[in-house]
Amino acid sequence: MASTNEARAASQARLAGLGFTLPAVAWILLFFGAPLVIMAIYSLLPLDAEGAPGGFSLDAYRQFFGESAYVEAVWNSVVTTAVVVVVSLLLAYPFAYILAYRVPKRWQRLAIACAILPFWTSYVVRSYAWLLVLAPTGIVNWVLINLGVVARPITLAYNPSATELGFVHFFIMLNALTIYANLVQINPRYVLAAQDLGASSWKSFLAVTFPLSIPGMTVGAFLTVVLCIGDFITPQILGGNKELLLPQVIMMQIQRQLDLPMASVMSLVLTLIVAVVYLLLQRQMRMARL
Amino acid sequence: MQISKILWAGAAMLALTTAANAADTLNVLTWCDHEDPTLLQPFEQANNVKINFKDIDSTAAILAVLGQSKPGDWDVLVLDETDTGRLQQKGLLAELDAKDYPFGDIPTEIADPKLTSVDGKLYSVPEKFGYNTVAYNKTAVDPKAMTDINAIWDPKYKGRVAIYDYYVPEIEYVAMALGKNPADLTEADLPAIKEKLIALKANASMVGDVTTVQQALASGSVDILVGGGEWVTAGIAKDNPNLDYVIPTQGGVRWQQGLAIFADSKQKDLAKKFVQYIVSPEAQGKLATSACYWGMPANGKAVLNDEQKTILRWSDQPGYIKTSHPYLQMTSAFDKQLQALWAEVLQAK
Repeated sequence: MASTNEARAASQARLAGLGFTLPAVAWILLFFGAPLVIMAIYSLLPLDAEGAPGGFSLDAYRQFFGESAYVEAVWNSVVTTAVVVVVSLLLAYPFAYILAYRVPKRWQRLAIACAILPFWTSYVVRSYAWLLVLAPTGIVNWVLINLGVVARPITLAYNPSATELGFVHFFIMLNALTIYANLVQINPRYVLAAQDLGASSWKSFLAVTFPLSIPGMTVGAFLTVVLCIGDFITPQILGGNKELLLPQVIMMQIQRQLDLPMASVMSLVLTLIVAVVYLLLQRQMRMARL
Repeated sequence: MQISKILWAGAAMLALTTAANAADTLNVLTWCDHEDPTLLQPFEQANNVKINFKDIDSTAAILAVLGQSKPGDWDVLVLDETDTGRLQQKGLLAELDAKDYPFGDIPTEIADPKLTSVDGKLYSVPEKFGYNTVAYNKTAVDPKAMTDINAIWDPKYKGRVAIYDYYVPEIEYVAMALGKNPADLTEADLPAIKEKLIALKANASMVGDVTTVQQALASGSVDILVGGGEWVTAGIAKDNPNLDYVIPTQGGVRWQQGLAIFADSKQKDLAKKFVQYIVSPEAQGKLATSACYWGMPANGKAVLNDEQKTILRWSDQPGYIKTSHPYLQMTSAFDKQLQALWAEVLQAK
């Protein structure tokens, strides 16, 4: 009798659990799963020579992988994103560390507010602001010329490095916040224990603090990948089209011909890259640590 | 019984109101230059109608909006006349009667049936045109040198050139620099065009959209802008009197927009009235000097004052029109080839 009641209670709990998760599952199916399926179907309906939708085929995939400029755009996107992730993490970590362990508690909130100030500015405005700094007539060149360091303006804007700089400026703060949130949750007794056992400050950082802060870095890195690899604005404004990233090539397909099948192929490639990155990082992304 | 009467009366009123609303609104897909109240209000008041416009900026945008609309939702569209045939082939455009519009006041080259008609039937009425030019800072470069399209490859301008990021006018300019007629371009010409474009890119500091190249020219980051259109300098000329533009001696590239009526429009008479109004002399003057961007009115009788005509270079138009080529009219497949070529040029190191 008791076991029957327990089984019934377990069954009810399972149903309740299902009921609670159903809205979230429905949301994901409706707003992520269904659009993804529609996109996949579109990618199999390439436009014919007249620009009208043709029959089912893999032609759009063949065209995409057969065009070196498009494949190169994938590679450029991956390299740019990798550079942005690494540089952002390298710069964000010391900032987050100082914020978490060196800045007095009462000043930390103010410091965090200052750190997120750049997020208050429009993304487009921020990119144009960088252009004013980096342009041949910008502040940096003005200072260099007036100090006699260079005779003519040097090229700082309108190249891939300018794009990376624009991205890094934005993502340093994002990464600093996720790392900071992780660092302040690490029990200080772990470090004390390591030092009691004779570890130097540097050694205790390497053996205790750093490994325990990897989830924060991983979450920051993943968010950077997701936001950076799909961004169109920053490379368009700062990059000077010196090389194309995948979102720019996707826009080319939409703006001129409304070639949704080709744009779908490219978007699926982008989604696939993000999915692979997620699979690679997901073991390290323990959100409970944040 | 009383309640039932009230309900019926309410339903009848609602039906009438809905029908009246539908009849009183003309739905127009338009570019930003048609949205000035000073342009629309006289038509709205004279016809007791409200213009419901949606801002679009390309033929692709038109197709995207139509993809989310029901047949008959839209009555009139503004289009790049190069795409008249493309839209007609999709069955989107209504046939027009040339007698309803002032074709006698429109220059022959602008009223070219290649741009307005398909198989001898008229589908669009020209309303405004202009040029993709070579714009420059006349204090930084020799204005005389700019009249030769080959100047943009000159090493002495290396790093001082911006390229407008639209492959059609750029490819046409390169074709002219190679001594080819843009209208005769074929697949066989593409390797030479690509090579020349890569050389141009190597001489340039950037390739960008309207805002980016305009900002670069205005701030002095570059001194020359290739293919950007006279609207780029017109928009900033007051604050930057040193900026000027030229149509090279080898020829220019002409953009041209027209008005068409949707085949599924349920208000074709009102739509026709609207098109007639826009190509009337008074409306043409307002459209030419729109707050969004200026351009030459298609109607030669457009009402403009002397200052406006000077800014528009009214007296130079016959020569400009003769030496300029309209945007390429091409199949979707050839357009895709050009787009891929452009991507290859931009990726070239």
